[in-house]
Formats: sequence, structure tokens, C-alpha cells
Amino acid sequence: MRRTTEQIIEKICFFSALISGFITCSIFLFLLIPGLPLFRGGHFFSILTGPWEPGLGQFGIYPMISGTLAVTMLTMLFAFPLSLGCATLISMEGNFRLSRLLRKIVEMMTGVPTVIYGFVGIFLLVPLVRNFFVNGGSGMCILSAALMLTLLASPTMILLFCDSFSRVPHSYGDAVLAVGGTEVQKFLYVTLPCSWPGILMGFTLALGRVLGDTLVALMIAGNAVQVPGSLFDSVRTLTSHIALVFAADYNSPEFQAIFACAIFLYFFSTLLAVSVRLIHSRWRINT
Amino acid sequence: MRFRRLLEQAVPLLSLMSSIILLAAITTVLGFLFLKGWQSLNFQLLFGTTPPLDAILFKRRVFDCLFPAMVGTFSLVCLAVCWAIPVGIAAGIYLAEYAQGKIRIFFNLIFDVLAGLPSIVVGLFGFSITIFLNKQLSNQIYPCLLISSIALAFLVLPYIIRATQASLEGQPESLRLTALALGASKMQNIVRVLLPQSLPGITSGVILATGRCAEDTAVIMLTGAVATAGVPRSLFSSFEALPFYIYYISSQYADQEELATGYGAAIILLFICLMLFSLAFVIKKRVRLSAQYRAH
Repeated sequence: MRRTTEQIIEKICFFSALISGFITCSIFLFLLIPGLPLFRGGHFFSILTGPWEPGLGQFGIYPMISGTLAVTMLTMLFAFPLSLGCATLISMEGNFRLSRLLRKIVEMMTGVPTVIYGFVGIFLLVPLVRNFFVNGGSGMCILSAALMLTLLASPTMILLFCDSFSRVPHSYGDAVLAVGGTEVQKFLYVTLPCSWPGILMGFTLALGRVLGDTLVALMIAGNAVQVPGSLFDSVRTLTSHIALVFAADYNSPEFQAIFACAIFLYFFSTLLAVSVRLIHSRWRINT
Repeated sequence: MRFRRLLEQAVPLLSLMSSIILLAAITTVLGFLFLKGWQSLNFQLLFGTTPPLDAILFKRRVFDCLFPAMVGTFSLVCLAVCWAIPVGIAAGIYLAEYAQGKIRIFFNLIFDVLAGLPSIVVGLFGFSITIFLNKQLSNQIYPCLLISSIALAFLVLPYIIRATQASLEGQPESLRLTALALGASKMQNIVRVLLPQSLPGITSGVILATGRCAEDTAVIMLTGAVATAGVPRSLFSSFEALPFYIYYISSQYADQEELATGYGAAIILLFICLMLFSLAFVIKKRVRLSAQYRAH
């Protein structure tokens, strides 16, 4: 009797895991099937590289891909050094109270809803950018979106960096201090080189988060369909393209094209997830 | 040598500078929100002209206020977490206690993929399923509360799985073996010993998932959230939600008064999410950080 109950419960757990795995795969299928008509005529590459001209019957998503890459790269350019600096301050021993306070605030920041960043972005940052830069245009541009996304991406990157710094064995650092090294030298020549897999992992995860963010880019990047030429150009990201076009008639090629965007996002985030897992497993072996 | 000395002197300075920039930025963002919005926080914002008690008991329909959006968000979050908890915890137990070898690696990878999916992709999946059901089953099916909550449940499923798995795996070996040594079966060990011990971890995971559900906008805007729907009547009706309301107001506001309700809604949502997140952090300080990562 007890044995059968045990087996049943084990089966239930197994099926729950199976269902969750099945969901992951079915998400891909439900993106692929509606998008199939687009790929059927061998248009695959023309969709990825072509322009978006619905009036002329061209539904390429290249402007969106380049817009996404521009916003993501600029964000990471801001967020990575910023996060590394904050994580350094939190991890270095010395000013204990300041670093504890900073850590608390950073933890709190992970809980701020995305839509809030977008909302404040529209009413605070966009007018600032518009007035501060001569060629700022409407203020809704790559720069505004990247600045707001920096706030979104930094906290978790900081916490992951701190985590990887604290995993470096204490004896390594103590050895530096024992031969007369300073805190800064210990951090610079021992802690930092030892924790590079963790830093890489934090960077990759944050990259995925910025790439897939919808609300901030949708609200403050301006949503103009164009390949960006400067920091002050308005762009449309893949995610906001989905959000803007989904209401179209669902037999139209416009609608099918957003599935191409979703599939692209799916592939990219899978790639990032796999690389994080690879880094993680290598890291475990090393330490 | 000189370069090294320069570098060593620059590091503390640069790290202090980046911390100050970050603190200044977040203070500006939140300060701006509060300065602009605190005046609009009152009962009229929440309940309009309807007496609060009547509104809460659903005696009268309320308009022009945040009450329907709050009820919408509340029911959405409850439903989504209800769907996600049983499956998530069971899958977490399987992964931590039963899965071995290749199967384990496979499931770990596939849940990483699920956790990394942008929420708009999950939302589009929900929308695509709605169209599929609409075509195949009946044309009565439209984006609604039920579909939204299921899509949200998919979104937060990996958080719950990871929280369960991590806190079960984090139990010390000595605890794991005690009950077994006394003759308990594997199931008894899990249910009576390991699960109660890992309850703080699981709870904090569930609370984090709740916070994610409450703040997510991308999924619900593709699966049934609308700007004016009133209090949701059934599972199959469309609904209002706080984050969607904030997004909608920011682009469609007609006058300053309407914009003020947007600020009010933003403060309320911020407050709810911060409460949930700090609760989760208090319950269990060290949640697995990568479980918090999702583009949304």
C-alpha cells in the first residue's frame, strides 16, 4: 500500500517536471507554426535582413534587430562598469556600513517594476534628454532607453558579481594581506581574476534581460522603424515591435512577421541560457 | 609600475563614483515619482465617488478610479500563483530528489531556457494559443483573465521550481540521512523532514513569483488586459490591471488629472512590489540570484 502511494507521488512529481518541460517546447511550436507561411517561400533570410515596408509588401525585421542590438549594447556599455564599480565597493572590506547600505538599496532595486522605469523615463528623462542635447530631437531615443535600462540591469548584475567575489576562498586574499598587500591589491590581483566566470555569467544574464525587456524600450525608445545612425535616433526593438503589431489581422503577413521576431528572441535567449549553464558547470569544476 | 600604482589609486575612487551615480539615479527616479504623485494618493483615487465599503463588497460598479485595476491585478496574481505552485513545487521536488544523470541535466537546461524567455514571447505564446483555440474549438474564446493567468503561471513557473530545488538541495547531508537511518522511506523523508526544513526557501520563491506576476505588463497586454473593463465578472472576461493601466495612461492621458492617477497607480504598484520583495528577502536572505533574472 505504502509502496504504491510512494510510486504515485513520484510519478506526479515526474509528470509535473515533464509538463513544465513540455511547456517550454510547446511555446516554441506555437511560435513556429503561425510563422511558418513566412518561411515557406524561402524568405527566411530576406525577413532577417530586409526592410519593414508593409505598404510595399516587405516585412523584414532587420531595422528591429539592429535597434535591439544598439539599445542592448549601449546599455551594457553603461551598466557593466557601473555594476563592477558598485560590486567592488560592496565587496571590499573597510567601509562596512556604507557597503551594507548600498547592498540593501541594490537588493531593493531588484523589486522595482519595469513599468515604473518606463513611466518615470517618459516624464523625467525624455524631457531632460530633449532639452540637454541640441540634436536630441523628441528625446525618445536609444540614449534615453539605454540610460533607463541601465538602472534595470545593474542591480542583479551587482548582486551576482558580489556573489562571485565572495566565493573566492578567503585564504587566497589572506595570503596577499600577509605579504603586505593592500585591500585594493588583494581585490585587483586575486579576487577579480579568480571570479571571472561569475562576472561573465552576470554579464550574460543581464544581457538576456536587457535584450528581452519590453516596457522601457516600448515607452521611451520612440518606436520609429529605422536602422539607427546615432545615439539620438528613435528605434523600435524586437520586443516593442511585437507589442505594437500584435493587434493586426491574424492572417496578414504583418502579423506573421512578429512571430519571426519572437522566434529570433527565443533562439537568442536559449543561446544565452545554454552559455550561462556552460560557464556555471566549468566554474564548479574549477573551484 | 607607475601604471599599476595609478590603477590601484583609481579603483576605490571609481567604485565610489559608480556607487554614487547609481544611488543618485535611483533616488532621482523614486523621488520624482513620489514628489509628483503623493498628492494624488487618496480615497478618491482608489474608489472614485463610490463609498469604499460598497465598492469592496461589489454592491455598486465603480468608475474612474483604480479599484477595478487593483481587483484585476489581485485576481490575476492569485490565479497565476495557484496554477504555478503545485506544478512548480512538484517539479522542483522531482529535480532535487529523483532526477539523475542525463535526465537531470536535460531538465535543468530546459528550465533555464524557460526562465530566460522574454516575457513578451510568453505573452505572444498565450495570444497564439488563444487564436488556435478560437479557430479550432469555438469562436467564443477571446483573450481573457483565465488565459492571462495561465500565461503568467508559465512565466513564473521556473522561479518556483528553482526555489524549491535550491532549498531542498541546500539541506545538509546529516539532516538528509537521519530519518532514513531511522527507517523512514524516501517519501516520508521528503514530506516530513526535507520539505518542512526548506519551507522558508520555497515561500520566498513563491513571494518573488507573486511580485513578478504583479509587475509584469508584457504578458497581460497580449492576453487580455484592457484599459476600461470594470471589475472582472468572470474568468472569461477581459480585465484591468495596475501595470497595464500605468502603461496606458503614460501614452494616452487626456489631461493632468488623468496623469495624476497614473502617478498614483505607479506609487501603489511600486509599494506592493517592494513590500513583496522585502518580505521574500526577510524570509530567506539568500535566494538563488540567477532565479531572479528574466527580461520583462
